[in-house]
Amino acid sequence: MVDLSTTYLGLQLAHPIVPSAGPLTSRLDRIKRLEDAGAPAVVLVSLFEEQIEHESLLLDHYLSYGAETYAEALSYFPDLGSYNLGPEEYLKLIQRAKAETSIPIIASLNGVSSGGWTEYARQIEQAGADALELNIYYVAADIHVTGAEVEQRYIDVLKQVRQVVSIPLAVKVGPFFSAMANMAKRLVEAGANGLVLFNRFYQPDFDIEALEVVPHLVLSTSDELRLPLRWIAILYGRVKAALALSTGVHTHEDVIKGIMAGASVTMLTSELLRHGPGRISQLVRDLSEWMEQHEYGAVAQMRGCLSQRSVANPDAFERANYAKVLQSWRAEPSALAPKS
Amino acid sequence: MPGEFVTIDGNEAAAYVAYKTSEVIAIYPITPSSPMAELCDQWSTQRMCNLWGSVPLVQEMQSEGGAAGAIHGALQSGALATTFTSSQGLLLMIPNMFKIAGELTSTVFHIAARSIATHALSIFGDHSDVMAARATGWAMLFAGSVQEVMDFALIAFASTLEARVPFLHVFDGFRTSHEIQKISQLSDDDMRALIDEELIHAHRRRALSPDRPFIRGTAQNPDTFFQHREAANPFYLATPTIVQNVMDRFAQQVGRQYHLFDYVGASDAERVIISMGSSTETVEETVNWLNAHGERVGAIKVRLYRPFSAHHLVAALPKTVERIAVLDRCKEPGSAGEPLYLDVVAALNEQWEGKLPRVIGGRYGLSSKEFTPAMVKAIFDELAKPQPKNHFTVGIHDDVTFTSLDYDPSFDIEPRDVVRAVFWGLGSDGTVGANKNSIKIIGEETSNYAQGYFVYDSKKSGARTVSHLRFGPRPIRSPYLISKATFIGVHQFGFLERYDVLEQAEPGAVVLLNSPYGPDEVWEHLPKPVQEHIVNKHLQLYVIDAYKVAAATGMGNRINTVMQTCFFAISGVLPREEAIAKIKEAIRKTYGKRGEAVVRKNFEAVDATLAHLYRVEIPQDAPINGMPLPPVVPPEAPEFVQKVTAMMIAGKGDLLPVSAFPPDGTYPSGTTQWEKRNIAQEVPVWEPDLCIQCGKCVMACPHAVIRAKVYEPGLLANAPEGFKSADARWKELHGLKYTLQVSVEDCTGCALCVEVCPAKDKSQAGRKAINMAPQLPLRAKEIANWAFFERLPEYPNFNHLAFNNVKNVQLLEPLFEFSGACAGCGETPYLSLLTRLFGDRIYVANATGCSSIYGGNLPTTPWSFNREGRGPAWSNSLFEDNAEFGFGMRLTLDALAEKARNLLRALSSLIGRPLCEAILNADQSTEAGVHAQRERVAELKARLQTMEMPEARQLLEIADTLVRKSVWIIGGDGWAYDIGYGGLDHVLASGRNVKLLVLDTEVYSNTGGQSSKATPLGAVAKFAAGGKHQRKKDLGLMAMAYGHVYVAQVAMGANDAQTIKAFLEAESYDGPALIIAYSHCIAHGIDMAKGFQQQKLAVESGYWPLYRYDPRLAREGKNPFQLDSGAPKVPFKEYAYNETRYRMLAQTDPELAEALMRQAQEAVNARWKQYAALAGKGA
Repeated sequence: MVDLSTTYLGLQLAHPIVPSAGPLTSRLDRIKRLEDAGAPAVVLVSLFEEQIEHESLLLDHYLSYGAETYAEALSYFPDLGSYNLGPEEYLKLIQRAKAETSIPIIASLNGVSSGGWTEYARQIEQAGADALELNIYYVAADIHVTGAEVEQRYIDVLKQVRQVVSIPLAVKVGPFFSAMANMAKRLVEAGANGLVLFNRFYQPDFDIEALEVVPHLVLSTSDELRLPLRWIAILYGRVKAALALSTGVHTHEDVIKGIMAGASVTMLTSELLRHGPGRISQLVRDLSEWMEQHEYGAVAQMRGCLSQRSVANPDAFERANYAKVLQSWRAEPSALAPKS
Repeated sequence: MPGEFVTIDGNEAAAYVAYKTSEVIAIYPITPSSPMAELCDQWSTQRMCNLWGSVPLVQEMQSEGGAAGAIHGALQSGALATTFTSSQGLLLMIPNMFKIAGELTSTVFHIAARSIATHALSIFGDHSDVMAARATGWAMLFAGSVQEVMDFALIAFASTLEARVPFLHVFDGFRTSHEIQKISQLSDDDMRALIDEELIHAHRRRALSPDRPFIRGTAQNPDTFFQHREAANPFYLATPTIVQNVMDRFAQQVGRQYHLFDYVGASDAERVIISMGSSTETVEETVNWLNAHGERVGAIKVRLYRPFSAHHLVAALPKTVERIAVLDRCKEPGSAGEPLYLDVVAALNEQWEGKLPRVIGGRYGLSSKEFTPAMVKAIFDELAKPQPKNHFTVGIHDDVTFTSLDYDPSFDIEPRDVVRAVFWGLGSDGTVGANKNSIKIIGEETSNYAQGYFVYDSKKSGARTVSHLRFGPRPIRSPYLISKATFIGVHQFGFLERYDVLEQAEPGAVVLLNSPYGPDEVWEHLPKPVQEHIVNKHLQLYVIDAYKVAAATGMGNRINTVMQTCFFAISGVLPREEAIAKIKEAIRKTYGKRGEAVVRKNFEAVDATLAHLYRVEIPQDAPINGMPLPPVVPPEAPEFVQKVTAMMIAGKGDLLPVSAFPPDGTYPSGTTQWEKRNIAQEVPVWEPDLCIQCGKCVMACPHAVIRAKVYEPGLLANAPEGFKSADARWKELHGLKYTLQVSVEDCTGCALCVEVCPAKDKSQAGRKAINMAPQLPLRAKEIANWAFFERLPEYPNFNHLAFNNVKNVQLLEPLFEFSGACAGCGETPYLSLLTRLFGDRIYVANATGCSSIYGGNLPTTPWSFNREGRGPAWSNSLFEDNAEFGFGMRLTLDALAEKARNLLRALSSLIGRPLCEAILNADQSTEAGVHAQRERVAELKARLQTMEMPEARQLLEIADTLVRKSVWIIGGDGWAYDIGYGGLDHVLASGRNVKLLVLDTEVYSNTGGQSSKATPLGAVAKFAAGGKHQRKKDLGLMAMAYGHVYVAQVAMGANDAQTIKAFLEAESYDGPALIIAYSHCIAHGIDMAKGFQQQKLAVESGYWPLYRYDPRLAREGKNPFQLDSGAPKVPFKEYAYNETRYRMLAQTDPELAEALMRQAQEAVNARWKQYAALAGKGA
């Protein structure tokens, strides 16, 4: 039997295939199904401060709209007393998941205000989460804001949260930094126990018939694995933090690549949305078989074997990589033939 | 001992006791009693217990008649049961009330007394309704203030248990039901102390039970009925003493002593006023003032009106009384006098010893007409005259039958130590809500007493609100509007040129103005009358740009918090710092449950306010250089509009004398055009180069402010500069010009037009063929453009274009325009369409509800007429009888048309056979056919004019019935699904040619969103606060079951072509037709600009399938059912969770919401399967 166990954010996990934050981790019954299918831990769906604020303002707007205007209809809705507009539902989900499952529960938070980040993080810790993933998302669309300022915001948020909670913290970021490696180092120095690479953002699409910008959600493919793979491989052993590979994990080969790059865990959502929670057990079986076939005794043995510091040609992950791809392409002879 | 102080309105005071003392509550919404039912439903949903530890069952019924029936049944089976109602609702309860009283059953109904509809409907307060119920045998206890409402609710309950006579607990609609007062709340112990549990056991023992069977409700014969009826006499004889005993026990318990007839004033008064309800407060206040100023007058406050105890009345009057004025808040035309007057006269005749006082009767306060100390003084003055006027009126100027008493409006008795504040706001700016908070702050956080009363507009968009707030060291007993204000808040700068907002300011008063102009520049922007008020009365003026502060703090248009902070800062009611702390506490209390973000936003507004508040220094010699006020209506408006309508528009309707009015309630059509409200901040602007002339914006515009015309290019010669036009894009109209014109002064700025516009700029997709832009810079130019556009010819509806598609229909003139409906209303586009298609030949029977209010609430009506003078003949009868009302119109038309045809045949030799034959055999199936018939009938009438014989005269009078007319019976779902369903069903069953249009908003929109049987599964509504657990009634399917009814379900936002088709088919069908029209509504909690998109989603989700059922197809052997929309393609949830009515359940009870959402999806799937099978499409 191969040893599939791994450690992530100080949590002992049975294997390295972890459901990431998404619809499948938004409800207790689904979390239980994931546990039943063998998930070693789950990252809960993100608590979005912006959404809480939006829901709150929206409710206020519509409960007030048209009220106290016309004598026969001084309001249009009954007063329901209280509304679950704060993080209560989310905190309840943490509590119930902790109470009714036996796997580690990693919460996820996306804040807006500094007060929101710290307050919600504190409440999440109190609710019993084993660890917290900070889902920091900032589209730097303001032409007056520099890269340095953007980076500093990430660091500030992390530091503030670090000050108020003691559970392990992971930071999930996108790849859009000028100096990803340095950024990773700074995040770890600021208190991150883990880095989750990378956040996968929804990109807007165009409807060219209606001339409209439309939200478009596309599930990931294995092709998308390569970007996080490269950065995990570069960072492995260079930063004192557990690395989680997120995005593009669909097959046991993807899992293996992630571990070989240096990931403590690989995270997936799209694959589970396509095939259901049962896919986890299949992946675990496939991983196990592959390792047996290739005579790996433990995940730990495999981890980082293809990281930048472990490979024979470390520059393959840097500029040379580009050159190699170019050179690997062979033009058809006719295309190169001199014109007559 | 005084209980805990609370600051609540009369409805809440009544509901509080009613709920605590009930086990079964049957409810139905009607203004102004609805809040009592809403509160009980809400408390029941929150599992609040009654005095005995159980949660009352609160059940909505289909009508007040239904509520009374349910209560009758509940009482007969032993429950403590109650209901609430007003006006027509009480009338519908009367049959059951006779039974309940006849069976000596203990119960209390709580009545917010309101006018009965006569020459017009009115939602406001008087005693017409309860007086119409005085023959039922119910006791009637009248409360005059919010405190008395709470007290009398309990006294009535304790009394009815002992007396066994049922009680109406009556208080004045709006004036008391909606007045907020700081009162002492009865505790549970107070209630328990007054209620004898043994009497409740006795009530139970009298109930029906199969365990000890008996029957009640027999039918009797002449041999026994009469004497049996007399058997109840002892109970009525005993009731007054029982009530007085309860009042005495109440006094021992809580310290407030009441009597059946409370006398106040001088013990040796010679002149006394007798009245009931809130007027007693005004009379007492005035009596005290007059006596303090040397008079010797008094007043009787009638508490127990039925059973009327002559003995107690006479005992209460001072023996010195020589003159009595009895005031009735109702009118009984043709009577010897109004009811209370007659009762007093009879009582004195029977019981008075010695020389009878002279008694005069008078009417006051109908429909919440103001009743002031000045009027009370006028009555006492009248009593002092040698020959006082009997059967007088007060508060109006009767220049027809000269009943009215003169009074001096400047007579003022308000104590100087009472802060009197008046706030002018818009419904949408949150002024009223903030003032309600201020009252709570002052009432509950200080030792001051507080009173608030709010006057609303009858418009649902751009509505004006005027708040009247009093604060003072003693309980406030002034149930009338403030006429001398110490503080005036003007929350809208635009009001300065429309209303005399500073008229009520007393000298030295503080004025707070929301002004876009700062302290240094505001003066020159003030209209002249405003400057005069400020200088002449030495007013202190403060300004703040509240919209700027609100926008900067994320409050949008809601300036409530900003203005409230200013009020506290400058009024000095509380120390500034303390006031700000209290405002924040109140914000947290009010908005905290809506989330921290809302609280934070309001806090930021509070904190940002004071830095922007400025005192305006006004020198004594400030120049009076402002502009005079513009005329209320333009000079070209008709005389009636100038003289009568304009007064109402200006808020001066109180000054109109009796002679101004048509005595039978007839009003001219098409008057909204004269009421230019200019309420839109932004209006649509047309881009001719992008426009594809599809007409969708014209169809969608809820207020018919976007119009399209085609015309000869030559007509542009006199067009104003900048008047836009494009070549008409019709094959048939080649060479003509096309213009899309917006009436910017009538627009509400809803932006529905922009949302439906499909044409986008190819280089800049955000720009459409119609876009919103600020109104003010456009106004002057567009007024000129609109005036020119109006003069362009209308496209005739009988021309060669086929008016069966949106593009062509846009060219037809709407005869329903500029209504006061909500901005973005989902109902009115259907009415606009209806009048474009058939408006010049329709009768409209309009059920009471939103559509009757925006259709027929004065001052103006949107139902209009064309250049030939033809337009919809509109009327509203009641809520419950609308199908029958319209049906009666059809019967008349059919009867008179038949008579006309018979006369035509009889007179044909004299009139001319060819013309008569042509008329009798006319094909009127098309508008061209109708037009031709109209010309024939015009010729017929011309010939008849020359004929002397009576038959010719008869035919002349009814000849127009020979032109095809169409009867449209229109109303909302409350009417069609609930209260009017019986009539609707009968009319459909009759087979007659009537058209029923149901504007289905899926709630009682007009009364504030109560659940109806059209409310969908899973939605929250008032009376379904825990979410509706049942499916919506499938009214269409029920109508189809008859086989002979044309039925269509439409949603204009989803498929406007199908809507037009359905209207045309329904109208052309010679039989009953029912159209159920999806009408998005403010009560759904949606962005109204996206109403049509939401309609589309409703259809795409399969929730609202579009279909037409045409019995004519069945006759041709075809499937009569045509499904016009496709299979569901988006989940129901995706549609539903765009709406607050669904979302708020998910925010309060997510698990229940999810379960209901699942059931709703199943219902959608099942219905689709059923419809697909009906359409022969398979599931």
